Amino acid sequence: MSLTLDDVQRIAHLSRIEVTDADARQILDQLNDIFALIAQMQAVDTAGIEPLSHPLGGSQRLREDAVTETDSREANMRNAPAQQDGLFLVPKVIE
Amino acid sequence: MFDRTVAELGRALASRQVSAVELAKLYLERIERHNDLNAYLDVRPEVTLAQARAADQRIARSEATPLTGVPIAHKDIFVTRDFASTAASRMLQGYMSPFDATVVERLANAGMVTLGKLNCDEFAMGSSNENSAYGNVLNPWDKSAVPGGSSGGSAASVAARIAPAATATDTGGSIREPAAFSGVTGIKPTYGRASRWGMIAFASSLDQAGIMTQSAQDAALVFNTMLGFDSKDSTSVSRPDEDYTRALDDDLKGLRIGLPKEFFGAGLQPDVEKAVRDALDVYARLGCRLIDISLPTARLGIPVYYVIAPAECSSNLSRFDGVRYGYRARNYSDLTDMIKKSRAEGFGPEPRRRILIGTYVLSHGYYDAYYIKAQQVRRLIAEEFQRAFRECDIIAGPVTASVAFDFGEKASDPVAMYLADLYTIPGSLAGVPGMSIPCGFGRRNRPVGLQLMANYFEEAKLLGVAHRYQQATDWHRRLPPGFD
Repeated sequence: MSLTLDDVQRIAHLSRIEVTDADARQILDQLNDIFALIAQMQAVDTAGIEPLSHPLGGSQRLREDAVTETDSREANMRNAPAQQDGLFLVPKVIE
Repeated sequence: MFDRTVAELGRALASRQVSAVELAKLYLERIERHNDLNAYLDVRPEVTLAQARAADQRIARSEATPLTGVPIAHKDIFVTRDFASTAASRMLQGYMSPFDATVVERLANAGMVTLGKLNCDEFAMGSSNENSAYGNVLNPWDKSAVPGGSSGGSAASVAARIAPAATATDTGGSIREPAAFSGVTGIKPTYGRASRWGMIAFASSLDQAGIMTQSAQDAALVFNTMLGFDSKDSTSVSRPDEDYTRALDDDLKGLRIGLPKEFFGAGLQPDVEKAVRDALDVYARLGCRLIDISLPTARLGIPVYYVIAPAECSSNLSRFDGVRYGYRARNYSDLTDMIKKSRAEGFGPEPRRRILIGTYVLSHGYYDAYYIKAQQVRRLIAEEFQRAFRECDIIAGPVTASVAFDFGEKASDPVAMYLADLYTIPGSLAGVPGMSIPCGFGRRNRPVGLQLMANYFEEAKLLGVAHRYQQATDWHRRLPPGFD
């Protein structure tokens, strides 16, 4: 399998990372090298093997549906790049 | 005093031989003196000294723990309220967390004094610390060598004795590899044993916090406070707390040490093999039985890892959008453009690369062929470890195929860099505890690490096996030239 420049731009868009055409060429070569490495695992017969998502198995714990967090709006917004009146500011999305 | 272990410092503090404030000042001065190593990203003496004063008061009230007043530094992957938390990324420059990571909180509650935050590869992605947005960390043993990564600042600071202990994180080898390259003791516990709450996420099914210290005994002491169940981490394993020092003095007579033949094959450099074989001879003299084992699927660890880790990273790092926190680009046309440019400018090349790989392997039509396939092979590797642990009690081998390489040697070739983790990734995929202990020196007098792995929840046994070696040798007490 080999990726193309169009693939790189499509993946970049899905990733929401801007990639210039100049960078895309270098990224393409590196991704193709990495996918050549990854391809080694395709030779393994994994029919019927349960995928492993947590080394020790188990399922996600549930907790009581109770309020555990206090209001820390100010502390949580301290790092916002742009804010006003307790709201995050973004470019206009609705005309 | 700067060369003392955590255990020794704890005793010196308890006997009032030294105060926590005196110790904090001593280390802060050393950090300043050796700042060319670039191991620290944030140091705030007023914060450190305030913690030290509180520790002294606690000691005076006779309410101290064995760790009260002992300094520690944290990898900049753990968020902290009082120091910036950047993950060594431009994306989080100046970020001040509203809370402390559980690991940080536990150690602070025991009275440990925070010296600052340690440099690492950006978002813990790398094997040489060359991926930090804030510059390389130098290897104290040889400043032209990488310290290893991703926990390069943790390893270098313990090696240079500018911290007696440092937290670190391991996803595919990020504790063991730098510990080996920098000649310190590093251990990652069983997956799920240390809380991931407040550890900036990279690959959630692999990320695990651990510790770097001079000795295995120190690691056991710190683990007693650091590890344990945390309801705030959904993959934290619910088990009673235990005493990790309990097996330090266990006799090793009859212990079966398994040597995977795949870890001693082509590619392993002769200088590293020699130091590792010499270490195994020490174990044989201590009464251990060395037996040959095989982990045939372990060689596929790297391809499996480079599907799973990027997949999970692309998901975890999707939170960085330049809206709620983190870097925002200066010029953009609309919301999508703002997000794309913020992520392009905020992330360095390695996180960008891994996000792209991860997005691809999770995208429509490729999910089964890549992500599910990798998770299936991951199970085969984990099962191989279980079979091996029926034949032996401990698995031993090299941590890396070579000693620390030079800066720039692998920086432009991602695949060559990825192969540096050949021997550490299989244990990470299986989720078993693993460690690296200093076992001598190789080419150009650079340190060599011996890797030891045990089965799930056998940290105490693992630490005991390491401690016995450290009682018989003194590699772990050696100081890099120029740091005495």
